[in-house]
Parts: sequence; structure tokens; C-alpha cells
Amino acid sequence: MAEQSDKPRSFQEIILRLQSYWAGKGCAVMQPYDMEVGAGTFHPATTLRSLGSKPWAAAYVQPSRRPTDGRYGENPNRLQHYYQYQVLIKPSPPDLQELYLGSLRAIGIDMGVHDIRFVEDDWESPTLGAWGLGWEVWCDGMEVSQYTYFQQVGGHDCHPVSGELTYGLERLAMYVLGIDHVMDMPFNDPDAPIALSYGDVFRQTEEEYSRWNFDVANTEVLLRHFEEAEAECEAILSQQHDDPKTGKRIIMAHPAYDQCIKASHIFNLLDARGVISVTERQAYIGRVRALAKKCADAFVQTEAGGAAA
Amino acid sequence: MPDLLIELFSEEIPARMQSRAAEDLKTRMTDGLVEAGLTYAGAAAFSTPRRLMLAVEGLLAESPTIREERKGPRTDAPEKAIEGFLRGAGVSRDDLEVRDEKKGQVYFATITKPGRAAADIVAEVLEATIRNFPWPKSMRWGAGSLRWVRPLHSILCILTDDAGEAQVVPLEIDGIKAGQTTRGHRFLAPDAFAVTSFDDYAAKLKRASVVLDPAERADHIWQDATNQAFAAGLEVVEDKGLLAEVAGLVEFPVVLMGTIDTEFLDLPPEVLQTSMKEHQKFFSVKNPKTGKIERFITVANTRTADHGATILAGNQKVLSARLADAKFFWENDLRVARDEQMKPWLESLKNVTFHNKLGSQAERIDRIAALAREIGPVVGADADLAEQAARVAKADLSSEMVYEFPELQGLMGRYYAEVAGLPAEVAAACEAHYSPLGPSDAVPTEPVSVAVALADKLDTLTGFWAINEKPTGSKDPFALRRAALGVIRLVLDNAVRIHLAAPMTYAFGYILSTSRHNVVLTQASKIANFAGNSGEPRWAIRFMESVGSMLEKTDFSASLDEVMTFNLDLLSFFHDRLKVYLRDQGIRHDVIDACIAIEGNDDLTLLVKRATALSDFLKTEDGENLLQGFKRANNILTQAEEKDGVEYSYGADVKFAETDVEKALFVALDAGEPAITKALEAEDFVGAMAAMAALRAPIDGFFEGVQVNTDNDIIRRNRLNLLNRIRQICLQAADLTRIEG
Repeated sequence: MAEQSDKPRSFQEIILRLQSYWAGKGCAVMQPYDMEVGAGTFHPATTLRSLGSKPWAAAYVQPSRRPTDGRYGENPNRLQHYYQYQVLIKPSPPDLQELYLGSLRAIGIDMGVHDIRFVEDDWESPTLGAWGLGWEVWCDGMEVSQYTYFQQVGGHDCHPVSGELTYGLERLAMYVLGIDHVMDMPFNDPDAPIALSYGDVFRQTEEEYSRWNFDVANTEVLLRHFEEAEAECEAILSQQHDDPKTGKRIIMAHPAYDQCIKASHIFNLLDARGVISVTERQAYIGRVRALAKKCADAFVQTEAGGAAA
Repeated sequence: MPDLLIELFSEEIPARMQSRAAEDLKTRMTDGLVEAGLTYAGAAAFSTPRRLMLAVEGLLAESPTIREERKGPRTDAPEKAIEGFLRGAGVSRDDLEVRDEKKGQVYFATITKPGRAAADIVAEVLEATIRNFPWPKSMRWGAGSLRWVRPLHSILCILTDDAGEAQVVPLEIDGIKAGQTTRGHRFLAPDAFAVTSFDDYAAKLKRASVVLDPAERADHIWQDATNQAFAAGLEVVEDKGLLAEVAGLVEFPVVLMGTIDTEFLDLPPEVLQTSMKEHQKFFSVKNPKTGKIERFITVANTRTADHGATILAGNQKVLSARLADAKFFWENDLRVARDEQMKPWLESLKNVTFHNKLGSQAERIDRIAALAREIGPVVGADADLAEQAARVAKADLSSEMVYEFPELQGLMGRYYAEVAGLPAEVAAACEAHYSPLGPSDAVPTEPVSVAVALADKLDTLTGFWAINEKPTGSKDPFALRRAALGVIRLVLDNAVRIHLAAPMTYAFGYILSTSRHNVVLTQASKIANFAGNSGEPRWAIRFMESVGSMLEKTDFSASLDEVMTFNLDLLSFFHDRLKVYLRDQGIRHDVIDACIAIEGNDDLTLLVKRATALSDFLKTEDGENLLQGFKRANNILTQAEEKDGVEYSYGADVKFAETDVEKALFVALDAGEPAITKALEAEDFVGAMAAMAALRAPIDGFFEGVQVNTDNDIIRRNRLNLLNRIRQICLQAADLTRIEG
């Protein structure tokens, strides 16, 4: 079997190759969700679409924010804003491992010289009330992806089971491109008239957000926003299903879920500001999980969630 | 007789589950086959990351036919009864046989259960095995409902007869049809191939770059690793757990040795080792001359054209990133330790909950420090040093390194305490106070470490006792049995003389008064003051004695009662653990019970000294006979006391002694009693037992030559009072009534 050995030359080329690879395998290539999230899993294309019986296949880039990981752009590997590449296929196809390995080949990882391993790593998201079994995938000892068979999401058993692949794009790209510091990584073609590095694009924002996340974000306002998002989520879901204006049955699972995402991200910000104690932490996570479960309950009553129309 | 070959081929099975799963496959299959009548000559199971495999040799080709005779009703029985019998036996009326019995003619049926072909039985047992497999965690995948540890892709299941012909066992589970093909290594030999027998399977797998036997993989890894290290003048740090895990991550092990960047070589070796093992599953390779870790061994799952150069470079790069993190933590931690004496860590422990009913880590440290201060002098440690050590012993819990690697707690504490310039004993206690962690873990001997270790464990025990979180049955979530065993071993191994009731009383008093707002806090502060002024832990008992009457009038009296109840309960828990511990050393539980019954049983060193002497004594002829003599005296006396309603404790008078043996007993007791008492006072239990042994002959002689219950009442009473002397003398040493046999 001929390996694809031509190496990508930039961060964006790796993304583009993944997009075209998964498009070629039949996934709907979606766009990032337009809200702040901690990981690609939060995108409704994963969280909500992994519920219910309807088949689904999606792939997308998701900008992700983890305020506590901010290092003012100085750490070679850590960022408070980074990109995940996410693939979700339901039901998980029998050859998903092979499809996944194909995607590594597509970005220039030659199995003839590299060592790929599937190492046990069970995934759990306490805020989403979700868990699954799978692996972290190692390439020469480095974790390049998380591979999970979803068993439960939002407190609901997954039937059928979705297979989820999550690539940490910066880390993967740094490895493929042989870069030691993320800020030195070519973002676009290094031979382009205006060649941009990852640092050109993101060093300043990492600094700005690190300062804001850690020291400036107004915690009183954030606390209030958390409460408001929580209340709004519940208010949306408490509406009767029949819309009095159109006369249609409209369950607003997605707008409610937006509020859940918002609450989750505000919690992460509060955490970075250090105003949440160990005991409170569990309570906040429990509150977000309660919202996620209610949204899941609502979604499975909708058509996309597999309910008979 | 056919051989059976089974291979369950799946996506990667977690390394930690493989060997148990192979064993379970073997047990469940062979048990099921035997139960269905298929015996076999031998069975072996193997595992790789992608397959569980079982080979059964010399299986019966079919299960034996079983004939069973069943007696039915008489021929003249009602039709319904006969029909019922036919239904139950599953035969028709023509099959029945009529026999003459005493009561008349009776129907008999012969039921034949024909043997079944091995293939059918194997299919049935294998399906049940797969569907009920005891994975620690299992999952569903795709649209199916079958559960397995990871998606199951294929089942190879064949019976090979003596001529070498293979038959596929007819089996289909959730769309997976059993066949006779498998695949080799994921990357080196991914194509399917068919096999006809175990030998054929093993040979073809080997060609397909799969080493089937995990022991062979582990062996290969270890040999190759040690050879490569040896060639470089180095040695691999042995780690059996890691070896087993790594052998479970590869089908085709390729051992590669790499170097660690020099900038990381000054990290503590434990940090290097832990980081490499936890994150990368690397073996550490050290220089035997310096003891420093200089290289690593990684095990790849594939051979490459560049002989692993790319793989090694990648692993080295990941390691450098990891170690850069570790170095960052280490340097930050050193700064906090050196420049700020770990104070920020202690400050932050105020916000770390130890247990929601037992307060923060900082509050716990306060308790341990106060306790360590009291215990210190008793174990030969300076009270100030013991308190100081207890105050910093848990500081490293807030360090970045321990946050990253919790298993390095204590050890990092020692490094940081050294850097902070604290006394050597204090630094040592930071590491040693967690010990002993198990029955075979070494026990600290340095007095400051002993004091803090005891205080730490006693605080844990009294704390969880006070909130009623005691171990029950197999549940011991806070490892309290381990803590109690730790206290026992610390006390015994160091021959510490301490009445545990004292620190326990103190600790219970402390926790109850600080954990309840409505309880008199001033009393608690009095206790604390008293603790500060007292040189030894008996203070708590003296304290209660002196102010007991005053406290009865306050709210604190209630908790005093509670303290005493808790104390007794926890003490009996210690005694139970002690019995388990001493049983392993050959001391019977009734011997320990006899010694526990004696006052001062919270002094474990004394208790064990007594029990050991008694146990040895009872193994001698003198001891055994003395015990019988004591029991005889005690029985006669007890019966007489019950009958007469009095206690014969007036003292016997030699002037009423009639016979020589009686007089001889007086002489022996007069001589023996002071010697025994003196020896006991000096805690010379061996001496006391030896003196007791001297009583054996006179006591035996007495019982042989004298009738205790004579008609002469004066003489009878005198003899009973004499028996009482025997009883009292013996009971000083141990409560011999509790000895069995």
C-alpha cells in the first residue's frame, strides 16, 4: 500500500487536509459553533446529535477555550484558546479505526516509520453528564487524538452508539511539522507573500486573554451571568411545546442548550479567576450538568432527536 | 479427540485487563464444557492487545449418552396419572415397560439423553461466555446491543480432529459469524489468513509479526532492555507492573533506548522516574555508579525501515516537553520552599477540604501538630521538633509537583523541607510520616518521624470514629484498618510505651469540641493550654480526673461520656487489628484476650510482651499443667462461691492445714507470690511465668492429696481461701479463664 508521504507545510494545510479527508468519507463538514466552548464535544453537532436514533456524520473545527491553561503565549504547548478537530459518526462504523488511521496518513503520518498505539483512556464529562470508552491515540509516545465510543450523554444511554474522534490540532500539527514552540508554527504557507506564524495570529490575543481571564474578568458580573443563563435555560424549557403563534410543536432544545454552554464557559472563567472553592466546584459542575440533562431530555423529544414526528 | 481453538479478535483491549480476561475465558469455557459433559486433556489461554485466545487439547468429540430409568404409576392407576408420567418423562406409551413389583404391576420408562456433538456444545458455551463476560467495564458500539470491552470484530472458533481436519463451530452472535480466519499485526501484516489448528495458528501469527504469549513478550522486552542498558554500562530500573503493562500494549515489541536531555538530569530521580512511567510508560535507566537516571527505554509496537529512529526522536521530544513541565514545577516549588519557607502552601491548605465533617487540611494539621507535640517526648522526640515537623509535613500537598504527581507526596515534602533549611529530623518526617503504608512497608524509627506518623494516624482514626465513618465488612474507604495497623507497628517495632487512651482522649476531645459550635469551646482551649504545659500524654486522663466533677455540671460532660465511649470502641478496634497481626506471628486470639483483660491494655507494647510470654509459657508442659491446675482451682472455687453465696477472699491460714501437701502449697505460695508480683511489677513476664511454673508441682500435689470439700467446715473454708490465693496470683499475670482448652 502506497503511503501518502508528502508532508503538509502549515497549520492550515493540516486542517484543510482533514476537512477534505472526512468530507471524502461522507461527513457533513460543519462550521465551528458560534459560542465560547471548552471543547469540540460541546458543539450541538456532537452533544445533541449523539442522542436519539437518527444516523449522523459530521466533522468540524471547533475553537476551544480553557481559561486556566492561559500562559500569556509563553509556554510552547499551552494556550487558553486553541483548536480541536472533531468527528462524530452515528452509528459508529465497523471500520472507524481504519478510517481514523487513514486521516493520519492524509496529514502525512507514515505508518512505516511511526509507532501508533491505542492506549486505554475512558472519557467522562461531568458537566455534560456524558461518558464513553476508548483510547488516547499515541504517535511515537505523543497523544494525538482522543477516540471514544459514547455510551451516555446528558444522562441518556446512546442507542446507537456514536464514535467520536477529537484531534488536538496545534499539538498534532506541531508534531507533523516538527515545530517546538507553538508560536513558531507556520499558520499559512511559509512561502506565501505574507507568511504568518501562529504567533503572528495569536500571541497578542493569548496575552490579552490571559490577563483578562486571570486578573480582570469581573467576577460579580460573571456570577450574575451564570445565574441568568441557568434561569433562562430553565425558562426556555418550561415553555409549552405548542407554539401559540404558529400552532406548530416547537421544542426549543437548541436555544436552551446555548444557555447551558454559556453557563459552562462562565464557570470555567470563574474557576480561572480562583473564586470557586473546592466544595463549590462540585456544586457548580452539578448545576451545569442538570442543565445539560434537561436539554438532552428536550432534544430527544424533537424530530432531530429521533422522536416520531 | 479434537482440539479446540478460539480467538476473539477486537479493537485494543486495555492492558490492565488482558491477563485476567484470558484467565476468565479459560475458566468459563472449560467449566461450561465440562458441565455439558465434554472433558478435555489440557487448556491454555493467551492475550495480546487485540485478541483473547484459548486452546483446548484433547476434547471429547461428543458428550456421553446418558440413560436414566424412571419408575411410574401402577398399570391400574387412573389414566390421568399415567398421561402425566408420560409427559414428564417425554416418552410414549409404547416405550413403557411393565414390571412386577410387590404392590402389583408398575410402569417403567427408560429415558435416553443422546450425546451431543462437541461443535454444538462449544457454540452454546462460547455464546454464553461472550454474552456474560466479566469485563471490569464493557461497552456497546454501532447499532448493536452486544457488550464487549471494545468493539469485537471477529470470532475464530475451530475444532481440529486427529487427521488435522478443521471444522468451524457454527456460531453467530449479533451478526459476527465464527470462522477460521484472523489477522496479523495491525501495520506489519494486516491481511486476513485462515488457520487449521493451534500449531498452524501460532506459526502463522509469528510470521504475521504477533507474539501471542504475554510472558514471551515481557521476557523479550526485559532481556532486550537489560542488554541494551548493559552495553552502555547502565542498568534498567526494575518495575514488574510497568513491564506487564507495556507487554499488554504491543503485539510485536521493539525495544528502543533513548537519552534524556542533560538539562533535566538534576531533577530528583523519583520525579524523572514517575514522569516517564506515568506519562510515557518508559523504563528508567540509571547509571549504577552515580545512581542517577540518564536514559529511558521505550517499547514500540512496530519495526521500521529507519530502525526506530523516527519513533525514538518523537518519544524523546515528548519526554522533553513533559520534563520541561516537571522542571518548571520543581523550580517554582523550590522558590516557594527556599524563599517563603512553604508558607503560601500552608496558607492555601486552609481552602482544601480534608472531609466536609472534619474540616480543612489546615485544621487537620493543627490537630496533628498538637498531638505530635504530646506524643513527641513519649517516643524520645523533642516536643518542639515534633510539632514543627507535623506543621510542615503536609505542606507539599499544595506544591505544583504533588498536584501533578500525587504519588510523590511526602517525598517532595522532604526535598522541600531540606531546601527550606529545616532540621534533618523534620525533613525526614515529611516523607516518613505516611509510613508504614502496608504490612510489609518499613516502619520509621527516627523519633520525630514516629511522633508525627502516630499523630497523623491517630488523628485519622479518631476523626472518622467521631463522625461515625467506621469500616464495615469489606468497606473501608478511608483505609482505617491500615491506619490502625500502622499505629500498632509503629508502637511495637519501636517498643514505644504509650497508653493510647491518652492521645485518643485528647484527639476525641479536640475534634468533638472544635467540630461543634455549641460545645464549650473554652474547655477545649483549657485542654490545649494543659497540653502545652504537660510533658507527657497521660495529662488528658489526669486532667479529666481533676476537673471531672466540675465538668459534670457543664455541657462538656456529655461529650466527656462520649469521649470515653469512643475511646473504648476505638481501643477494641485496635485490639481486633492486633489479634489479626499477632495471629500471623503464631499467637492465639484467646491468649491475647487473656492479656487484654488485664489493666493497661492500651499500652500495646506491654500487652504484646505479656501475650508473647504467656503464649510461650502455655506451650511448655509446666504452663499447660499450671493452666489446668488454675482452671480446676477456679472451677471448684466458683462453684463453692455460687453455692455458698460468699467470696472466699479472707486469706487462708497455714494453721488449719492438715496434710503435708497442703502445707507444701502454703510454702510454695508464700515464696512464689512476692516473686511473681515483683516480676510483674518489673514487667518481667518471662520471670513471672517461670515463678508461676514453680507452683505447678505443689498445686498438682494439693489436688492429688486433698479433698477440698470436706465435712469440716473450717478446713473446707480454709482450703477454698487457699484456692483463691492461687486464683489471685494467676490472674495478676493474665485472665487465664479466657484461655480455651
